[in-house]
Amino acid sequence: MPDIVRLHYDVDGDNFMAAGEASSTVKNVLKRLGIGEDMVRRAAICLYEGEINMVIHANGGTIDVSVSPQTIEMVLKDQGEGIPDIEQAMQEGFSTASDRVRDLGFGAGMGLPNMRRYADSLEVSSEPGQGTRVVMTLNIAPA
Amino acid sequence: MTVAELAARLDAKVLCGAETALERAVQGAYAGDLLSWVMGRARAGMVWVTIMSNMNVAAVALLADVSCVVLSENVAPDEALLARAVREGLVLLSAPLSTYDVCWRIREGLADAAVL
Repeated sequence: MPDIVRLHYDVDGDNFMAAGEASSTVKNVLKRLGIGEDMVRRAAICLYEGEINMVIHANGGTIDVSVSPQTIEMVLKDQGEGIPDIEQAMQEGFSTASDRVRDLGFGAGMGLPNMRRYADSLEVSSEPGQGTRVVMTLNIAPA
Repeated sequence: MTVAELAARLDAKVLCGAETALERAVQGAYAGDLLSWVMGRARAGMVWVTIMSNMNVAAVALLADVSCVVLSENVAPDEALLARAVREGLVLLSAPLSTYDVCWRIREGLADAAVL
């Protein structure tokens, strides 16, 4: 594979029916790059959770994925209202999603916990009113 | 037990699914309607049993790499879900049983397969 593969996606806000497009495209690209099935699955789950969060909470955002022979790095940025208490948001079951969103099966409060579970590293930074930045890394080969 | 054999055990309608997907082996099951729980807990090859019927079900099923989705209680998928499942070769089954009974029969099927 080439040294580093970079992918960029713009995610629409409030479009729950199209949500997951970026994740499934990235999944297919990773497969084509010959990355192992389990790693592809973990990366896709992490990205889908992040993508859904941007759709639900931040009116969309951007996704940048870079794949090197060693790592998959996924950076999600949005201009939403931010997360006032990140520690609280990391707790399983904590959610601020609306009833409408919950009726679609989202808003279980498992998004960030799933990202933490499946990424090798997860960094969340957020300023109220300034949006949120999430960086997830998966290690392909041991460092 | 393959997905096709499971469909017969559940008296389920096969709404769609690629032929190769119908021959895939069933490796356990996960039941639930909250998408993130399913994403976090279902493992590759499992059957996912749910009453959710919107298009996000396809996204989650494909990302989690389940062997098929069983819509219990005779739930019908909405048009967008069916269209996406057809496009991706995902197996969708609709069963007349409750989620509990679907899981019970999956368990029976897996036990029988282990004995044979």
